[in-house]
Amino acid sequence: MSLAFILFFIFALIAVAGAVLLIVAREPIHSALALILVMMSLAALYLMLGAEFIAAVQIIVYAGAIMVLFVFVIMLLNAGVEERTNWSKIATYAGIPLGVLLLLELAHWMAHSAMGATLASGAGAPNEMASTQALSQLLFQTYLFPFEATSILILIAILGALVLAKRDE
Amino acid sequence: MNAVPISFYLVLSAVLFGLGVVAFVFKRNIITIFMAIELMLNAVNLAFVAFARAWNQLDGLVFVFFVIVVAAAEAAVGLAIAIALYQNRDSLNIERVNLLKF
Repeated sequence: MSLAFILFFIFALIAVAGAVLLIVAREPIHSALALILVMMSLAALYLMLGAEFIAAVQIIVYAGAIMVLFVFVIMLLNAGVEERTNWSKIATYAGIPLGVLLLLELAHWMAHSAMGATLASGAGAPNEMASTQALSQLLFQTYLFPFEATSILILIAILGALVLAKRDE
Repeated sequence: MNAVPISFYLVLSAVLFGLGVVAFVFKRNIITIFMAIELMLNAVNLAFVAFARAWNQLDGLVFVFFVIVVAAAEAAVGLAIAIALYQNRDSLNIERVNLLKF
């Protein structure tokens, strides 16, 4: 049991616990905090995978910007305790076993395929700084057009949000 | 960090995606439903990063970047829809939004 395994299991456990907490929490603000927990542990996992730029973006954009937006709207609309949905019989006796079966199948396939055994170390893995540099070169050269297109997308999203949230006179 | 097989990350990604689907189906508050979508996008991002690492290709990380941008745009528009909904229905419960229901 190496340190990498222990760290992976700690962060994976935090992520799954946060996701479960998101489901069982009755108050939307608790769900939002649980989701921030998931995002933080995912950022740690990205660091372990050597994607330190994505880890930083994950914390700044996801846990910072997007979740603040969520919490802001929850506070603005004064979202209270939500009602429970009816738990149907078919979900208990068919849905859960089928879901677990699918998950086991997926895990089995991943563990036994040639790709699944690839270690997350990578013999020729780029060192940390070179990875960010190579990523920025890829982003601003190969993927320059999609990158510019996302700015249009963001502009349209801002306009759409303004139009939607505006009160009718 | 090394020694953790990629399959571990992929299984974690599948588990998180499944939990996101469960949250999407079970939740009745429109804001928590948006959060479930964000959870699913995060799970997919983890798979992208793991694959990028497995093949030593940085293109996967660029895609994660774009997924995050699209998620930000989606959250902005989606929460604006939630506000408009609240103004019209005085509730965030999606059971009350049944105008198109047959």
